[in-house]
Amino acid sequence: MISGFANPHRFMSFSRWAAPTLALIAAALLALGLWLGLSAPPDYQQGETVRIMFVHVPAAWTAMLAYLCLGGASFASLVFRHAVADAAASAAAPLGAAFTAAALITGSLWGKPMWGTWWAWGDSRLVSVLVLFLLFVGYIALRASIEDEGKAARAAEILALVGLINLPVIKFSVDWWNTLHQGESIFRAGGPLIAPVYLIPLMLTGAGYSAAFAALWLTRTRMEVRRRRSLGLALRAAR
Amino acid sequence: MSFGGKYAPFVIGAYAISAVMFLWMVIDTLLRARSARKTLEALEAERRGAGDAP
Repeated sequence: MISGFANPHRFMSFSRWAAPTLALIAAALLALGLWLGLSAPPDYQQGETVRIMFVHVPAAWTAMLAYLCLGGASFASLVFRHAVADAAASAAAPLGAAFTAAALITGSLWGKPMWGTWWAWGDSRLVSVLVLFLLFVGYIALRASIEDEGKAARAAEILALVGLINLPVIKFSVDWWNTLHQGESIFRAGGPLIAPVYLIPLMLTGAGYSAAFAALWLTRTRMEVRRRRSLGLALRAAR
Repeated sequence: MSFGGKYAPFVIGAYAISAVMFLWMVIDTLLRARSARKTLEALEAERRGAGDAP
């Protein structure tokens, strides 16, 4: 199915209706999830600060999803030379950087009242997410720094593929090392440890963030496909 | 609905940062998408005007 979108015309006709549909789904999920999250009772340990979870955790999940999409699209572009894949990779990077920045800042705002510090360099989860942010920024900077778009794309795609190793490091950092973060409490064997009153709004906002990312990603990929088409036409006109 | 009680500055701050991030992404994406569409439409119109094949 994915290879079908290698054809720009097929991708454009699919994304024309898929992007606004996903945006509507995202708005509905976020409205419901945030309403339930803000109406939930305070946590017995974390009190009212537990509400930060409904924006922090989905931002972190979506940042990792964005990098997975960046890596997948980079692989498809590098190996199969799909026309839309490179456009999709470059479209995912700024969105991923924004979600990662949001996860880092909201995490810091949660950390100060709960851990007594805004940041801890010894915390492997915090540092590996900071590395994720630097990978997104590095990808964007690398693409912008090389004039030849083809060479810039190849270099950035290799960086994106190397950076994929950071995703399991982020996921398992709380199991491999001692950190301020609690151990895995949602996606674990034996089921989630979180009470349904928090788990349901968290899953709704998580799905909402993912749908919002998908809608924005499709829209930015459409934009990139059009920009490249314009570049081709301008070059042809100049000859 | 509760926005944090004595921790309100942290809770409201986190929600405000998230809202700003979303707003930036939506506005930046829509503005760039509109600009790319208009540029392409102008170039295609110019090309049609010059008598090129579609």
